Amino acid sequence: MANNMEVKELERVVVRFSGDSGDGMQLAGSIFSTVSATVGNDISTFPDYPADIRAPQGSLTGVSGFQVSIGADKVYTPGDQCDVLVAMNAAALKTQYKFAKPTACIIIDTNAFEAGDLSKADFKTDNPIEEMGIKQDVIAAPISQMVKDCLADTGMDNKSMLKCRNMFAVGLVCWLFNRDLSIAEDFIREKFAKKPEIAEANIKVIHAGYDYGHNTHANVAHTYRIESKTKVPGKYMDITGNKATAYGFIAAAEKAGLKLFLGSYPITPATDVLHELSKHKSLGVTTVQCEDEISGCASAIGASFAGALAVTSTSGPGVCLKSEAMNLAVITELPLVVLDVQRGGPSTGLPTKSEQTDLLQALFGRNGESPMPVIAAISPTHCFDAAYAASKMALEHMTPVLLLTDAFVANGSGSWKLPKLENYPAINPPYVTPEMKDNYTPYRRNPETGVRYWAIPGTKGYMHILGGLEKDSNTGAISTNPENHDLMCRLRAEKVARIPVPDITVEGRADDADLLIVGFGGTYGHLYSAMDELNKAGKKAALAHFSYINPLPRNTADVLRKYKKVVVAEQNLGQFASYLRMKIDGFVPYQYNEVKGQPFVVSELVAAFTGIINK
Amino acid sequence: MSEFTAKDYKKGQPRWCPGCGDHFFLASLHKAMAEIGVAPWETAVISGIGCSSRLPYYMNTYAMQTIHGRAASISTGAKVANPNLTVWQISGDGDGLAIGGNHFIHAIRRNVDLNMILLNNRIYGLTKGQYSPTSPRGFVSKSSPYGTVEDPFHPAELCFGARGHFFARAVATDATGTVDILKAAHAHKGASVCEILQNCVIFNNGTHDTVYNKEGRAKNAIYLEHGKPMLFGENHEYGLMQEGFGLKVVKLGENGITEKDILIHDSHCEDNTLQLKLALMEGPDFPIALGVIRDVAAPTYETAVAGQIEEIKNKKKYHNFEELLLTNDTWEVK
Repeated sequence: MANNMEVKELERVVVRFSGDSGDGMQLAGSIFSTVSATVGNDISTFPDYPADIRAPQGSLTGVSGFQVSIGADKVYTPGDQCDVLVAMNAAALKTQYKFAKPTACIIIDTNAFEAGDLSKADFKTDNPIEEMGIKQDVIAAPISQMVKDCLADTGMDNKSMLKCRNMFAVGLVCWLFNRDLSIAEDFIREKFAKKPEIAEANIKVIHAGYDYGHNTHANVAHTYRIESKTKVPGKYMDITGNKATAYGFIAAAEKAGLKLFLGSYPITPATDVLHELSKHKSLGVTTVQCEDEISGCASAIGASFAGALAVTSTSGPGVCLKSEAMNLAVITELPLVVLDVQRGGPSTGLPTKSEQTDLLQALFGRNGESPMPVIAAISPTHCFDAAYAASKMALEHMTPVLLLTDAFVANGSGSWKLPKLENYPAINPPYVTPEMKDNYTPYRRNPETGVRYWAIPGTKGYMHILGGLEKDSNTGAISTNPENHDLMCRLRAEKVARIPVPDITVEGRADDADLLIVGFGGTYGHLYSAMDELNKAGKKAALAHFSYINPLPRNTADVLRKYKKVVVAEQNLGQFASYLRMKIDGFVPYQYNEVKGQPFVVSELVAAFTGIINK
Repeated sequence: MSEFTAKDYKKGQPRWCPGCGDHFFLASLHKAMAEIGVAPWETAVISGIGCSSRLPYYMNTYAMQTIHGRAASISTGAKVANPNLTVWQISGDGDGLAIGGNHFIHAIRRNVDLNMILLNNRIYGLTKGQYSPTSPRGFVSKSSPYGTVEDPFHPAELCFGARGHFFARAVATDATGTVDILKAAHAHKGASVCEILQNCVIFNNGTHDTVYNKEGRAKNAIYLEHGKPMLFGENHEYGLMQEGFGLKVVKLGENGITEKDILIHDSHCEDNTLQLKLALMEGPDFPIALGVIRDVAAPTYETAVAGQIEEIKNKKKYHNFEELLLTNDTWEVK
């Protein structure tokens, strides 16, 4: 702890680590967020990394960032702008400075601001600080040199030593926020468990960074502390959206007493779900890395036919390829969860960036009358609940379910109270009953739910054929009868329409809002923060944020019609708004649309919504 | 003795054209299944799209007719999720080798224990007569009125190229030959590819004429049997010998050649060089090889998947969701 220095209490702080994509900024950010979460702060993280495999070192396109917001209380977003910006090279400062608050503290490695670095980052002069008109406090430290000095006696080569630069920055930031380094040490030792000498070198450097701050006071007037405030007691962990999604599937399979099967093909930003599930063979999880997206979905359908909880994971372009197979699951009425971690499109688009542009594809992007439930996760930790709900819905209603997340919630993380499986609802697939033995046909339905019964191959007395051709509603035989096809289309639609989903709740000034903000999926944190700021500024705003998209909550029309002004805010050109207009007669909302591949900026939302209220 | 008869596997009235090779194959499949004796309810028959992919509708088993080309993938999922099922995957030459070519080779490469049936009539029948990936160069069809300008696949070459461990061939009209290879395919653990040469009476009549009847097969085909000399001809007067890097047809008694000089078939040989040469033989200079050409034991995918799960279960200390949660760094809020 810094002696003789003032320690300021903060409610919330945002730190952005940035550097070349090879500089280990994602790791630096993860360590700092874990350390903060472990002491009980709430966190929200946002990794912002380039799509290039490896852009030229030091170039503007190769800059990788990791932003973490830490709060004493609930944190809803990773923050618009940061209080501390770490820029490990000139290109990082050039591209990331726009994220720094006017009051921010900026940390730079002067050794990465040599003439060559400056020219790669398009600086015209040898004084980048002045050239950019930076007025904030800058901690300009020769980080690379200090790292080399610190590791001089380890016998490491130059390149290996410089790989530890990121830890110096973590150490310095930990000093700035009065963080205990022992947690970071544990994290590093675990991360490099197989290379203890690397772990120790990193730990040495993290201490050097901390001590540098401590000894020099690093050109700042005070350090900070963020106390943890009210939180529900219990055990917590830091979890990313993709990991939470994987956990949701595992939990649902266990609850349903079924084998979990994932058929998948690697695609950014969904691959981590494949990675995560592949680890957990001790839970009986089966993962097949298929030859393509089509096979990922098709193998999952085969597994579902054979009686597993079947999942296929992908991102937008992969959904295009899976669509035909998804429709096979629609017509065979087999349970299947299709995870779409949305990214920027169309085509390859912005593979590492986040959008909500697959909504209409999820709802309608298949041939024929093809009803499919759609659920969207609203935050990294909510991915768990959404994956659980999607699995339960698929199994109990014998239908493929499309689970939408996006790169923002998938890669972002939040602190998560460990759930108790006993508190989650039971999952009861509609298995065939003994009375059906020897006269079972696959398309007889439960009259209340419209759901068919599930007979698992291997069971005597329930043999049947499923397939992509239309079937007779009674006998299950191939049928081209016009009346039967019409009936089957309606039965499939009705089955999905009847799925019960929770009512939409309105947050904020539900009773007297002048403006109802409407959103879905991963924008919850930003929309909630905007609503909260509006109300703090004396406006009257409320938020209705949707997770269940198809079917929509039963009270949707009533809620949306209740408010004079409604704005639908989404990261596309108006897909959810047009869907709501289709579903609700005469509903004409304001729209706020952005397709930048970046999260919403709360201040921009507040300005736009204020404009609508004042109209 | 099996407790089942062919009737136990039969269902419905097939709708294929009279004389279609699919009828013959279906009857042989029913017969082979009865002889194999796996219960109908422990059997899954999974097909894609095309004339031959209608087959599952005539099976009194668990069955699925799926989408074009994807039968191998769907079968892979079913077998991995439930290794106790016996899975028969039915495809035609278009379904298996064109739209489903990728799944075909990867199912073989992974060596999933599937009985992969490729009904090869060298034509698209269901869409009424376009050339297929097995139609010969120059083949005239509705979509190639001036003849195709592309070479066909040899299914065996694809199978071997994908490191297949089992390849057999039969002519649809040859019930005994078909039943024999189907039983061998079932007995082989791993991806077992059976190429069935069959006629399309409407759009490609006569495509396998040289071997389609018994007399033709006696002259133009050779039945390969593991451990037996490669003899053929109406009176077994011809045989195969190795010559340089290739094979040659010889007549017994000519140039002092006796049965001792004839190659002995080794379907279990790990090295597939000679097996591939046998599989690629074509008339008029060579007989068409029938029977089990390659049958080499290898680890199967679904067994390895299940084995790895068991191994890791013993190694790792967490076996349910709540234990999984505690493998993470956690902290307590009091």
